[in-house]
Amino acid sequence: MENNGHEHVIEVTDLRRVYGGGFEAVSGISFSVRRGEIFALLGTNGAGKTSTVELLEGLAPPAGGRIRVLGHDPYTERALVRPRTGVMLQEGGFPSELTVAETARMWAGCVSGARPPAEVLALVGLESKAGIRVKQLSGGQRRRLDLALALLGDPEVLFLDEPSTGLDAEGRRDTWELVGALRDRGTTVLLTTHYLEEAENLADRLAIMHEGRIAVTGTPAEVTATQPSRISFELPEGYFVGDLPPLGELGVTGHETDGRTVRLRTRELQRSATGLLLWAERARVELRRLDVRSASLEEAFLGIAEDASAGRATGTTTKEYAA
Amino acid sequence: MSTVVKGAALTTPLSRMTALARAELTLLGRTRGALVAALFVPLVLPVSVRSAAREMDLAEAGLNTGTLVLPAAVGFSLLFAVYSVLVGSFVVRREELVLKRLRTGELRDVEILAGSALPAALTGLVQCLLLAAGCSVLLDLSAPSAPHLAVLGLLLGLVLCAALAAATASFTRTGESAQVTPMPLLLVSMMGSGMFVPLELLPDRVASVCELLPLTPVVTLVRGGWTGDLSGAEALGAVATAVAWTVLAVFAVRRWFRWEPRR
Repeated sequence: MENNGHEHVIEVTDLRRVYGGGFEAVSGISFSVRRGEIFALLGTNGAGKTSTVELLEGLAPPAGGRIRVLGHDPYTERALVRPRTGVMLQEGGFPSELTVAETARMWAGCVSGARPPAEVLALVGLESKAGIRVKQLSGGQRRRLDLALALLGDPEVLFLDEPSTGLDAEGRRDTWELVGALRDRGTTVLLTTHYLEEAENLADRLAIMHEGRIAVTGTPAEVTATQPSRISFELPEGYFVGDLPPLGELGVTGHETDGRTVRLRTRELQRSATGLLLWAERARVELRRLDVRSASLEEAFLGIAEDASAGRATGTTTKEYAA
Repeated sequence: MSTVVKGAALTTPLSRMTALARAELTLLGRTRGALVAALFVPLVLPVSVRSAAREMDLAEAGLNTGTLVLPAAVGFSLLFAVYSVLVGSFVVRREELVLKRLRTGELRDVEILAGSALPAALTGLVQCLLLAAGCSVLLDLSAPSAPHLAVLGLLLGLVLCAALAAATASFTRTGESAQVTPMPLLLVSMMGSGMFVPLELLPDRVASVCELLPLTPVVTLVRGGWTGDLSGAEALGAVATAVAWTVLAVFAVRRWFRWEPRR
Protein backbone atom coordinates (compact mmCIF):
# COMPACT_ATOMS: atom_id res chain seq x y z
CA MET A 1 0.00 0.00 0.00
CA GLU A 2 1.67 3.19 1.22
CA ASN A 3 4.86 1.22 1.46
CA ASN A 4 4.68 0.78 -2.24
CA GLY A 5 4.78 4.52 -2.66
CA HIS A 6 8.00 4.59 -0.70
CA GLU A 7 9.55 1.68 -2.46
CA HIS A 8 9.04 3.36 -5.82
CA VAL A 9 10.28 6.87 -5.39
CA ILE A 10 9.48 7.77 -9.00
CA GLU A 11 6.57 6.27 -10.89
CA VAL A 12 5.80 7.25 -14.46
CA THR A 13 2.80 5.88 -16.33
CA ASP A 14 1.95 6.50 -20.00
CA LEU A 15 3.67 9.85 -19.89
CA ARG A 16 3.22 12.16 -22.87
CA ARG A 17 4.57 15.62 -23.62
CA VAL A 18 3.44 17.71 -26.57
CA TYR A 19 4.97 21.09 -27.36
CA GLY A 20 3.12 24.15 -28.60
CA GLY A 21 3.71 23.39 -32.27
CA GLY A 22 2.11 19.96 -31.86
CA PHE A 23 5.45 18.10 -31.73
CA GLU A 24 5.15 15.08 -29.46
CA ALA A 25 8.49 14.79 -27.65
CA VAL A 26 7.42 12.05 -25.24
CA SER A 27 4.99 9.46 -26.54
CA GLY A 28 3.64 7.36 -23.71
CA ILE A 29 6.48 6.07 -21.56
CA SER A 30 6.29 4.17 -18.28
CA PHE A 31 8.99 3.31 -15.77
CA SER A 32 9.65 3.39 -12.07
CA VAL A 33 12.68 4.05 -9.91
CA ARG A 34 13.17 2.44 -6.53
CA ARG A 35 14.56 4.19 -3.48
CA GLY A 36 18.34 4.33 -3.46
CA GLU A 37 18.64 3.44 -7.12
CA ILE A 38 20.48 5.22 -9.91
CA PHE A 39 18.32 5.19 -13.01
CA ALA A 40 19.73 6.44 -16.31
CA LEU A 41 17.77 7.68 -19.30
CA LEU A 42 19.95 7.09 -22.32
CA GLY A 43 19.34 8.30 -25.81
CA THR A 44 20.57 10.29 -28.74
CA ASN A 45 19.91 14.02 -28.90
CA GLY A 46 16.23 14.62 -29.45
CA ALA A 47 15.21 11.26 -28.01
CA GLY A 48 13.05 12.99 -25.39
CA LYS A 49 15.28 12.64 -22.30
CA THR A 50 15.24 16.27 -21.22
CA SER A 51 11.57 16.64 -22.07
CA THR A 52 10.89 13.72 -19.73
CA VAL A 53 13.09 14.95 -16.90
CA GLU A 54 11.53 18.41 -16.99
CA LEU A 55 8.13 16.82 -16.41
CA LEU A 56 9.50 14.79 -13.49
CA GLU A 57 10.99 17.98 -12.04
CA GLY A 58 7.52 19.54 -12.20
CA LEU A 59 8.49 22.35 -14.58
CA ALA A 60 5.51 21.69 -16.83
CA PRO A 61 2.33 19.62 -16.73
CA PRO A 62 2.31 16.48 -18.88
CA ALA A 63 0.00 16.27 -21.92
CA GLY A 64 -1.06 12.86 -20.70
CA GLY A 65 -0.21 10.13 -18.22
CA ARG A 66 0.72 10.25 -14.59
CA ILE A 67 3.84 11.06 -12.58
CA ARG A 68 4.43 10.39 -8.90
CA VAL A 69 7.59 11.58 -7.21
CA LEU A 70 7.75 10.56 -3.55
CA GLY A 71 4.06 9.78 -3.87
CA HIS A 72 3.02 13.21 -5.15
CA ASP A 73 2.35 14.94 -8.43
CA PRO A 74 5.46 17.12 -8.93
CA TYR A 75 3.51 19.80 -10.82
CA THR A 76 0.30 20.22 -8.85
CA GLU A 77 1.79 19.34 -5.45
CA ARG A 78 5.11 21.06 -5.88
CA ALA A 79 5.22 22.40 -2.33
CA LEU A 80 5.24 18.81 -1.04
CA VAL A 81 7.86 17.59 -3.50
CA ARG A 82 10.34 20.42 -4.02
CA PRO A 83 11.87 20.48 -0.52
CA ARG A 84 12.87 16.85 -1.04
CA THR A 85 14.32 17.00 -4.57
CA GLY A 86 17.49 18.43 -6.06
CA VAL A 87 17.72 19.42 -9.70
CA MET A 88 20.57 19.98 -12.11
CA LEU A 89 19.35 21.32 -15.45
CA GLN A 90 21.08 20.58 -18.71
CA GLU A 91 22.33 24.14 -18.88
CA GLY A 92 23.37 26.41 -16.01
CA GLY A 93 21.02 29.21 -15.15
CA PHE A 94 23.04 31.42 -12.87
CA PRO A 95 23.36 35.18 -13.04
CA SER A 96 26.75 35.72 -14.70
CA GLU A 97 27.68 38.68 -12.50
CA LEU A 98 27.35 36.88 -9.15
CA THR A 99 30.32 35.12 -7.60
CA VAL A 100 30.25 31.40 -6.91
CA ALA A 101 29.84 32.01 -3.17
CA GLU A 102 27.04 34.54 -3.71
CA THR A 103 25.22 32.13 -6.01
CA ALA A 104 25.50 29.33 -3.46
CA ARG A 105 24.35 31.60 -0.64
CA MET A 106 21.31 32.70 -2.65
CA TRP A 107 20.35 29.08 -3.33
CA ALA A 108 20.95 28.09 0.27
CA GLY A 109 18.36 30.69 1.26
CA CYS A 110 15.81 29.02 -0.99
CA VAL A 111 16.42 25.41 0.10
CA SER A 112 14.95 23.76 3.18
CA GLY A 113 17.59 22.41 5.54
CA ALA A 114 20.42 23.71 3.38
CA ARG A 115 23.95 22.61 4.19
CA PRO A 116 26.56 25.35 4.55
CA PRO A 117 27.33 26.60 1.02
CA ALA A 118 31.09 26.23 1.58
CA GLU A 119 30.60 22.55 2.35
CA VAL A 120 28.91 21.70 -0.97
CA LEU A 121 31.37 23.83 -2.91
CA ALA A 122 34.18 21.80 -1.35
CA LEU A 123 32.33 18.62 -2.26
CA VAL A 124 32.62 19.43 -5.97
CA GLY A 125 36.09 20.96 -5.67
CA LEU A 126 35.07 24.58 -6.21
CA GLU A 127 36.12 25.96 -2.84
CA SER A 128 39.02 27.86 -4.40
CA LYS A 129 36.65 29.52 -6.88
CA ALA A 130 34.28 30.97 -4.27
CA GLY A 131 35.20 34.56 -5.07
CA ILE A 132 35.12 34.18 -8.86
CA ARG A 133 32.22 35.51 -10.95
CA VAL A 134 30.13 32.80 -12.58
CA LYS A 135 30.87 34.23 -16.05
CA GLN A 136 34.57 33.51 -15.52
CA LEU A 137 34.05 29.81 -14.80
CA SER A 138 34.79 27.19 -17.43
CA GLY A 139 31.96 25.04 -18.75
CA GLY A 140 33.04 22.16 -16.53
CA GLN A 141 33.24 24.35 -13.44
CA ARG A 142 29.74 25.61 -14.13
CA ARG A 143 28.48 22.02 -14.29
CA ARG A 144 30.08 21.36 -10.93
CA LEU A 145 28.53 24.50 -9.44
CA ASP A 146 25.17 23.30 -10.71
CA LEU A 147 25.73 19.92 -9.08
CA ALA A 148 26.75 21.59 -5.80
CA LEU A 149 23.51 23.57 -5.73
CA ALA A 150 21.46 20.47 -6.48
CA LEU A 151 23.04 18.87 -3.41
CA LEU A 152 22.51 21.84 -1.08
CA GLY A 153 19.35 20.51 0.53
CA ASP A 154 20.54 16.90 0.94
CA PRO A 155 17.75 15.81 -1.40
CA GLU A 156 16.11 12.38 -1.28
CA VAL A 157 15.70 12.45 -5.03
CA LEU A 158 18.22 13.95 -7.40
CA PHE A 159 17.52 14.80 -11.06
CA LEU A 160 20.68 15.22 -13.11
CA ASP A 161 20.29 16.23 -16.75
CA GLU A 162 23.57 15.37 -18.48
CA PRO A 163 25.65 15.93 -15.35
CA SER A 164 29.02 15.29 -16.95
CA THR A 165 28.61 16.97 -20.33
CA GLY A 166 31.45 19.45 -20.74
CA LEU A 167 33.59 17.85 -18.04
CA ASP A 168 37.05 16.49 -18.75
CA ALA A 169 37.83 12.84 -18.02
CA GLU A 170 38.94 13.57 -14.47
CA GLY A 171 35.93 15.74 -13.68
CA ARG A 172 33.67 13.02 -15.04
CA ARG A 173 35.30 10.42 -12.77
CA ASP A 174 34.86 12.75 -9.77
CA THR A 175 31.21 13.27 -10.59
CA TRP A 176 30.63 9.53 -10.90
CA GLU A 177 32.29 8.96 -7.55
CA LEU A 178 30.17 11.65 -5.94
CA VAL A 179 26.92 10.35 -7.40
CA GLY A 180 27.84 6.79 -6.46
CA ALA A 181 28.53 7.88 -2.88
CA LEU A 182 25.15 9.63 -2.74
CA ARG A 183 23.40 6.47 -3.87
CA ASP A 184 25.23 4.51 -1.19
CA ARG A 185 23.75 6.89 1.37
CA GLY A 186 20.26 6.22 0.05
CA THR A 187 19.72 9.06 -2.43
CA THR A 188 17.62 8.14 -5.44
CA VAL A 189 19.15 9.48 -8.65
CA LEU A 190 17.59 9.91 -12.06
CA LEU A 191 20.09 11.03 -14.66
CA THR A 192 20.16 11.49 -18.39
CA THR A 193 23.26 10.95 -20.44
CA HIS A 194 24.47 10.15 -23.89
CA TYR A 195 27.70 8.70 -22.54
CA LEU A 196 27.24 4.93 -22.56
CA GLU A 197 30.22 4.54 -20.28
CA GLU A 198 28.49 6.73 -17.73
CA ALA A 199 25.33 4.64 -17.73
CA GLU A 200 27.35 1.41 -17.62
CA ASN A 201 29.44 2.65 -14.68
CA LEU A 202 26.77 4.33 -12.64
CA ALA A 203 23.30 3.07 -13.36
CA ASP A 204 21.59 0.29 -11.47
CA ARG A 205 18.94 0.32 -14.14
CA LEU A 206 18.50 2.24 -17.34
CA ALA A 207 16.12 2.92 -20.17
CA ILE A 208 17.15 3.68 -23.72
CA MET A 209 14.86 6.26 -25.29
CA HIS A 210 14.35 6.70 -28.99
CA GLU A 211 11.97 9.17 -30.61
CA GLY A 212 9.96 9.75 -27.48
CA ARG A 213 9.58 6.11 -26.51
CA ILE A 214 11.46 3.70 -24.31
CA ALA A 215 13.04 1.15 -26.64
CA VAL A 216 14.46 -1.07 -23.94
CA THR A 217 14.81 -0.97 -20.16
CA GLY A 218 16.48 -3.05 -17.46
CA THR A 219 19.81 -3.40 -15.68
CA PRO A 220 22.84 -2.74 -17.88
CA ALA A 221 23.38 -6.53 -17.99
CA GLU A 222 19.79 -7.21 -18.99
CA VAL A 223 19.83 -4.57 -21.70
CA THR A 224 23.11 -5.90 -23.02
CA ALA A 225 21.69 -9.42 -23.01
CA THR A 226 18.91 -8.35 -25.37
CA GLN A 227 21.56 -7.77 -27.98
CA PRO A 228 23.41 -10.46 -29.98
CA SER A 229 27.18 -10.56 -30.20
CA ARG A 230 28.66 -9.64 -33.56
CA ILE A 231 31.29 -10.97 -35.93
CA SER A 232 32.26 -8.99 -38.98
CA PHE A 233 34.86 -9.61 -41.68
CA GLU A 234 35.55 -9.16 -45.38
CA LEU A 235 35.31 -12.13 -47.75
CA PRO A 236 38.04 -12.24 -50.37
CA GLU A 237 37.22 -11.92 -54.10
CA GLY A 238 35.47 -14.96 -55.45
CA TYR A 239 33.92 -16.01 -52.16
CA PHE A 240 30.27 -15.48 -51.24
CA VAL A 241 28.20 -15.98 -48.13
CA GLY A 242 26.93 -19.19 -49.68
CA ASP A 243 30.47 -20.57 -49.50
CA LEU A 244 30.45 -20.33 -45.70
CA PRO A 245 29.30 -23.35 -43.69
CA PRO A 246 25.53 -23.30 -43.03
CA LEU A 247 25.24 -20.31 -40.70
CA GLY A 248 22.39 -21.73 -38.65
CA GLU A 249 24.65 -24.63 -37.66
CA LEU A 250 27.26 -22.15 -36.39
CA GLY A 251 24.70 -20.64 -34.03
CA VAL A 252 24.40 -17.48 -36.13
CA THR A 253 20.98 -15.85 -35.79
CA GLY A 254 21.22 -13.44 -38.67
CA HIS A 255 23.58 -11.82 -41.11
CA GLU A 256 23.99 -8.79 -43.29
CA THR A 257 26.20 -8.22 -46.29
CA ASP A 258 27.39 -4.90 -47.55
CA GLY A 259 29.65 -5.32 -50.56
CA ARG A 260 32.38 -7.69 -49.43
CA THR A 261 31.70 -7.08 -45.73
CA VAL A 262 29.72 -9.71 -43.84
CA ARG A 263 28.24 -9.15 -40.40
CA LEU A 264 26.98 -12.06 -38.37
CA ARG A 265 24.82 -11.88 -35.26
CA THR A 266 24.99 -14.65 -32.71
CA ARG A 267 24.07 -15.48 -29.17
CA GLU A 268 26.77 -18.17 -29.01
CA LEU A 269 29.82 -16.15 -29.83
CA GLN A 270 32.46 -18.81 -29.13
CA ARG A 271 30.73 -21.49 -31.17
CA SER A 272 30.06 -19.19 -34.11
CA ALA A 273 33.57 -17.76 -34.12
CA THR A 274 35.22 -21.17 -33.81
CA GLY A 275 33.15 -22.57 -36.68
CA LEU A 276 33.94 -19.62 -38.87
CA LEU A 277 37.67 -19.67 -38.16
CA LEU A 278 37.95 -23.43 -38.66
CA TRP A 279 36.29 -23.03 -42.06
CA ALA A 280 38.67 -20.23 -42.98
CA GLU A 281 41.66 -22.32 -41.91
CA ARG A 282 40.52 -25.29 -43.99
CA ALA A 283 39.63 -23.17 -47.01
CA ARG A 284 42.91 -21.19 -46.65
CA VAL A 285 40.91 -17.97 -46.72
CA GLU A 286 42.09 -14.81 -45.04
CA LEU A 287 39.24 -12.96 -43.35
CA ARG A 288 40.32 -9.33 -43.55
CA ARG A 289 39.16 -6.82 -40.92
CA LEU A 290 37.98 -9.64 -38.70
CA ASP A 291 36.16 -8.21 -35.69
CA VAL A 292 34.63 -10.39 -33.01
CA ARG A 293 32.82 -8.58 -30.23
CA SER A 294 30.53 -9.48 -27.35
CA ALA A 295 27.30 -7.63 -26.87
CA SER A 296 27.75 -4.34 -25.05
CA LEU A 297 25.60 -1.44 -24.07
CA GLU A 298 27.04 0.37 -27.04
CA GLU A 299 25.81 -2.39 -29.35
CA ALA A 300 22.40 -2.16 -27.75
CA PHE A 301 22.37 1.59 -28.14
CA LEU A 302 23.51 1.54 -31.76
CA GLY A 303 21.23 -1.38 -32.46
CA ILE A 304 18.23 0.65 -31.45
CA ALA A 305 19.21 3.58 -33.64
CA GLU A 306 19.93 1.14 -36.48
CA ASP A 307 16.64 -0.69 -36.13
CA ALA A 308 14.88 2.61 -36.55
CA SER A 309 16.66 3.40 -39.77
CA ALA A 310 17.01 -0.16 -41.09
CA GLY A 311 13.99 0.16 -43.32
CA ARG A 312 15.52 3.17 -45.01
CA ALA A 313 18.90 1.61 -45.74
CA THR A 314 19.68 0.56 -49.30
CA GLY A 315 22.42 -1.64 -50.68
CA THR A 316 22.31 -3.77 -47.54
CA THR A 317 20.68 -7.14 -47.41
CA THR A 318 19.53 -8.52 -44.12
CA LYS A 319 18.45 -12.02 -43.38
CA GLU A 320 17.02 -13.30 -40.12
CA TYR A 321 16.94 -16.94 -39.12
CA ALA A 322 14.27 -18.46 -36.98
CA ALA A 323 15.73 -19.00 -33.51
CA MET B 1 4.63 2.90 7.37
CA SER B 2 6.28 6.12 8.25
CA THR B 3 6.06 9.50 6.68
CA VAL B 4 9.49 10.69 5.78
CA VAL B 5 9.85 14.24 6.99
CA LYS B 6 13.09 16.09 6.95
CA GLY B 7 14.31 17.19 10.35
CA ALA B 8 15.39 20.58 9.11
CA ALA B 9 13.10 23.58 9.08
CA LEU B 10 11.33 24.34 5.82
CA THR B 11 11.92 27.64 4.10
CA THR B 12 9.18 30.25 4.17
CA PRO B 13 8.11 32.51 1.30
CA LEU B 14 9.71 35.41 3.15
CA SER B 15 13.05 33.68 3.70
CA ARG B 16 13.18 32.58 0.07
CA MET B 17 12.31 35.99 -1.32
CA THR B 18 14.83 37.66 0.98
CA ALA B 19 17.61 35.41 -0.32
CA LEU B 20 16.63 36.11 -3.90
CA ALA B 21 16.23 39.85 -3.33
CA ARG B 22 19.66 40.03 -1.72
CA ALA B 23 21.26 38.46 -4.79
CA GLU B 24 19.27 40.76 -7.10
CA LEU B 25 20.41 43.79 -5.10
CA THR B 26 24.04 42.71 -5.60
CA LEU B 27 23.35 42.30 -9.32
CA LEU B 28 21.65 45.70 -9.55
CA GLY B 29 24.76 47.25 -8.02
CA ARG B 30 26.88 45.57 -10.69
CA THR B 31 24.78 46.66 -13.67
CA ARG B 32 26.29 50.12 -14.11
CA GLY B 33 24.18 51.28 -17.04
CA ALA B 34 20.88 50.43 -15.44
CA LEU B 35 22.01 51.86 -12.14
CA VAL B 36 22.99 55.24 -13.59
CA ALA B 37 19.70 55.53 -15.47
CA ALA B 38 17.75 54.47 -12.40
CA LEU B 39 19.47 56.83 -9.99
CA PHE B 40 20.08 59.97 -12.03
CA VAL B 41 17.28 60.33 -14.57
CA PRO B 42 14.61 60.77 -11.87
CA LEU B 43 16.79 63.46 -10.27
CA VAL B 44 17.46 65.36 -13.49
CA LEU B 45 14.04 65.31 -15.18
CA PRO B 46 12.23 67.21 -12.39
CA VAL B 47 14.49 70.18 -13.15
CA SER B 48 13.04 70.40 -16.65
CA VAL B 49 9.54 70.11 -15.21
CA ARG B 50 10.39 73.04 -13.02
CA SER B 51 11.44 75.17 -15.97
CA ALA B 52 8.30 74.16 -17.86
CA ALA B 53 6.28 75.20 -14.82
CA ARG B 54 7.21 78.84 -15.41
CA GLU B 55 5.10 78.85 -18.60
CA MET B 56 2.00 77.52 -16.83
CA ASP B 57 -0.73 79.18 -14.88
CA LEU B 58 -0.36 76.92 -11.86
CA ALA B 59 -2.41 79.05 -9.49
CA GLU B 60 -5.49 78.50 -11.62
CA ALA B 61 -5.11 74.75 -11.03
CA GLY B 62 -4.54 75.29 -7.33
CA LEU B 63 -0.91 74.21 -7.63
CA ASN B 64 2.51 75.65 -7.01
CA THR B 65 5.93 74.63 -8.31
CA GLY B 66 6.39 72.13 -5.48
CA THR B 67 3.08 70.32 -5.95
CA LEU B 68 3.77 70.14 -9.69
CA VAL B 69 7.36 68.93 -9.50
CA LEU B 70 7.17 66.37 -6.66
CA PRO B 71 4.42 64.12 -8.11
CA ALA B 72 6.23 64.28 -11.45
CA ALA B 73 9.48 63.27 -9.75
CA VAL B 74 7.74 60.33 -8.07
CA GLY B 75 6.43 59.32 -11.51
CA PHE B 76 9.93 59.51 -13.04
CA SER B 77 11.33 57.42 -10.23
CA LEU B 78 8.67 54.73 -10.70
CA LEU B 79 9.19 54.69 -14.46
CA PHE B 80 12.99 54.72 -14.57
CA ALA B 81 14.17 53.20 -11.29
CA VAL B 82 11.46 50.55 -11.03
CA TYR B 83 9.65 49.85 -14.30
CA SER B 84 12.48 50.11 -16.88
CA VAL B 85 15.07 48.46 -14.64
CA LEU B 86 12.76 45.53 -13.95
CA VAL B 87 11.83 44.93 -17.59
CA GLY B 88 15.56 44.59 -18.28
CA SER B 89 16.33 42.36 -15.33
CA PHE B 90 13.37 40.00 -15.92
CA VAL B 91 14.40 39.58 -19.56
CA VAL B 92 18.09 39.08 -18.81
CA ARG B 93 17.35 36.52 -16.07
CA ARG B 94 15.18 34.64 -18.52
CA GLU B 95 17.90 34.73 -21.19
CA GLU B 96 20.44 33.44 -18.66
CA LEU B 97 18.01 30.60 -17.78
CA VAL B 98 18.02 31.88 -14.21
CA LEU B 99 14.23 31.97 -14.04
CA LYS B 100 14.01 28.39 -15.25
CA ARG B 101 16.60 27.28 -12.71
CA LEU B 102 14.78 29.10 -9.91
CA ARG B 103 11.55 27.35 -10.85
CA THR B 104 13.14 23.95 -10.17
CA GLY B 105 13.45 24.88 -6.50
CA GLU B 106 11.05 25.68 -3.72
CA LEU B 107 10.34 29.27 -4.82
CA ARG B 108 6.85 29.67 -6.27
CA ASP B 109 6.41 31.65 -9.48
CA VAL B 110 5.02 34.72 -7.75
CA GLU B 111 7.89 34.64 -5.24
CA ILE B 112 10.45 34.58 -8.05
CA LEU B 113 8.95 37.69 -9.64
CA ALA B 114 8.33 39.50 -6.36
CA GLY B 115 11.74 38.64 -4.90
CA SER B 116 13.48 39.78 -8.08
CA ALA B 117 11.46 43.00 -8.07
CA LEU B 118 12.14 43.87 -4.43
CA PRO B 119 15.52 45.64 -4.78
CA ALA B 120 14.27 47.90 -7.60
CA ALA B 121 11.08 48.63 -5.66
CA LEU B 122 13.13 49.55 -2.59
CA THR B 123 15.38 51.76 -4.72
CA GLY B 124 12.28 53.53 -6.02
CA LEU B 125 10.85 53.92 -2.52
CA VAL B 126 14.03 55.42 -1.08
CA GLN B 127 14.42 57.66 -4.10
CA CYS B 128 10.85 58.99 -3.73
CA LEU B 129 11.40 59.73 -0.05
CA LEU B 130 14.62 61.60 -0.89
CA LEU B 131 12.82 63.50 -3.67
CA ALA B 132 10.06 64.48 -1.25
CA ALA B 133 12.64 65.71 1.24
CA GLY B 134 14.54 67.52 -1.52
CA CYS B 135 11.43 69.25 -2.88
CA SER B 136 10.40 70.34 0.61
CA VAL B 137 13.74 72.03 1.12
CA LEU B 138 14.42 73.42 -2.36
CA LEU B 139 10.90 74.32 -3.51
CA ASP B 140 9.40 75.41 -0.21
CA LEU B 141 6.95 72.56 -0.33
CA SER B 142 4.80 72.53 2.79
CA ALA B 143 4.05 69.34 4.67
CA PRO B 144 1.46 67.09 2.97
CA SER B 145 -2.09 67.78 4.14
CA ALA B 146 -3.28 64.21 3.43
CA PRO B 147 -0.12 62.08 3.76
CA HIS B 148 -2.06 58.81 3.73
CA LEU B 149 -3.07 59.47 0.10
CA ALA B 150 0.52 60.11 -0.90
CA VAL B 151 1.71 56.93 0.81
CA LEU B 152 -1.12 54.92 -0.75
CA GLY B 153 -0.33 56.34 -4.18
CA LEU B 154 3.36 55.53 -3.86
CA LEU B 155 2.79 51.95 -2.68
CA LEU B 156 0.20 51.31 -5.41
CA GLY B 157 2.66 52.78 -7.89
CA LEU B 158 5.46 50.42 -6.81
CA VAL B 159 3.29 47.30 -7.08
CA LEU B 160 1.77 48.49 -10.36
CA CYS B 161 5.16 49.23 -11.95
CA ALA B 162 6.59 45.85 -10.92
CA ALA B 163 3.55 44.09 -12.39
CA LEU B 164 3.68 46.19 -15.58
CA ALA B 165 7.40 45.40 -15.90
CA ALA B 166 6.73 41.65 -15.76
CA ALA B 167 3.91 42.11 -18.28
CA THR B 168 6.20 44.07 -20.61
CA ALA B 169 8.91 41.41 -20.19
CA SER B 170 6.35 38.87 -21.41
CA PHE B 171 6.50 40.57 -24.79
CA THR B 172 10.24 41.27 -24.83
CA ARG B 173 12.50 38.64 -26.32
CA THR B 174 16.03 39.83 -25.72
CA GLY B 175 18.06 42.14 -23.54
CA GLU B 176 18.46 44.51 -26.48
CA SER B 177 14.74 44.79 -27.12
CA ALA B 178 14.30 45.51 -23.40
CA GLN B 179 15.84 48.91 -24.16
CA VAL B 180 12.91 49.67 -26.45
CA THR B 181 9.82 47.90 -25.14
CA PRO B 182 9.46 50.12 -22.04
CA MET B 183 9.37 53.25 -24.26
CA PRO B 184 5.63 53.36 -24.99
CA LEU B 185 4.66 53.41 -21.33
CA LEU B 186 7.43 55.90 -20.51
CA LEU B 187 6.30 58.34 -23.21
CA VAL B 188 2.57 57.95 -22.65
CA SER B 189 2.99 58.42 -18.91
CA MET B 190 5.24 61.47 -19.19
CA MET B 191 2.85 63.12 -21.68
CA GLY B 192 -0.50 62.08 -20.32
CA SER B 193 -0.27 61.20 -16.66
CA GLY B 194 0.06 64.72 -15.34
CA MET B 195 3.81 64.66 -14.95
CA PHE B 196 4.85 67.48 -17.28
CA VAL B 197 1.40 69.07 -17.60
CA PRO B 198 -1.12 68.68 -14.76
CA LEU B 199 -4.44 67.26 -15.95
CA GLU B 200 -6.17 70.32 -14.48
CA LEU B 201 -4.64 72.40 -17.30
CA LEU B 202 -5.80 70.05 -20.07
CA PRO B 203 -9.15 70.28 -21.91
CA ASP B 204 -11.78 68.30 -19.97
CA ARG B 205 -12.28 65.64 -22.59
CA VAL B 206 -8.55 64.96 -22.94
CA ALA B 207 -8.14 64.98 -19.17
CA SER B 208 -10.83 62.37 -18.64
CA VAL B 209 -9.05 60.02 -21.03
CA CYS B 210 -5.69 60.73 -19.40
CA GLU B 211 -7.16 59.87 -16.02
CA LEU B 212 -7.39 56.27 -17.17
CA LEU B 213 -3.69 55.91 -17.99
CA PRO B 214 -1.76 53.52 -15.70
CA LEU B 215 0.38 56.07 -13.87
CA THR B 216 -2.18 58.90 -13.63
CA PRO B 217 -3.77 57.60 -10.41
CA VAL B 218 -0.37 57.48 -8.76
CA VAL B 219 0.49 61.05 -9.71
CA THR B 220 -3.03 62.18 -8.74
CA LEU B 221 -2.87 60.54 -5.31
CA VAL B 222 0.60 61.89 -4.51
CA ARG B 223 -0.40 65.40 -5.63
CA GLY B 224 -3.66 65.14 -3.69
CA GLY B 225 -1.69 64.03 -0.66
CA TRP B 226 0.15 67.32 -0.66
CA THR B 227 -2.62 69.71 -1.76
CA GLY B 228 -5.42 68.00 0.16
CA ASP B 229 -7.74 68.97 -2.72
CA LEU B 230 -8.76 65.44 -3.61
CA SER B 231 -12.36 64.50 -2.78
CA GLY B 232 -13.15 61.06 -1.39
CA ALA B 233 -14.76 60.03 -4.67
CA GLU B 234 -11.78 61.24 -6.69
CA ALA B 235 -9.36 59.38 -4.44
CA LEU B 236 -11.46 56.23 -4.68
CA GLY B 237 -11.58 56.53 -8.46
CA ALA B 238 -7.81 56.86 -8.63
CA VAL B 239 -7.28 53.81 -6.38
CA ALA B 240 -9.73 51.81 -8.49
CA THR B 241 -7.89 52.76 -11.69
CA ALA B 242 -4.52 51.76 -10.25
CA VAL B 243 -5.89 48.47 -8.93
CA ALA B 244 -7.54 47.74 -12.29
CA TRP B 245 -4.24 48.24 -14.13
CA THR B 246 -2.45 46.03 -11.62
CA VAL B 247 -5.02 43.27 -12.04
CA LEU B 248 -4.74 43.58 -15.80
CA ALA B 249 -0.94 43.37 -15.64
CA VAL B 250 -1.06 40.33 -13.34
CA PHE B 251 -3.50 38.67 -15.72
CA ALA B 252 -1.15 39.34 -18.65
CA VAL B 253 1.78 37.89 -16.70
CA ARG B 254 -0.13 34.75 -15.77
CA ARG B 255 -1.25 34.33 -19.35
CA TRP B 256 1.85 35.27 -21.35
CA PHE B 257 4.95 35.41 -19.15
CA ARG B 258 7.68 33.10 -20.46
CA TRP B 259 10.05 31.47 -18.01
CA GLU B 260 12.61 30.36 -20.56
CA PRO B 261 13.87 31.81 -23.84
CA ARG B 262 12.35 30.75 -27.13
CA ARG B 263 14.57 28.27 -28.88
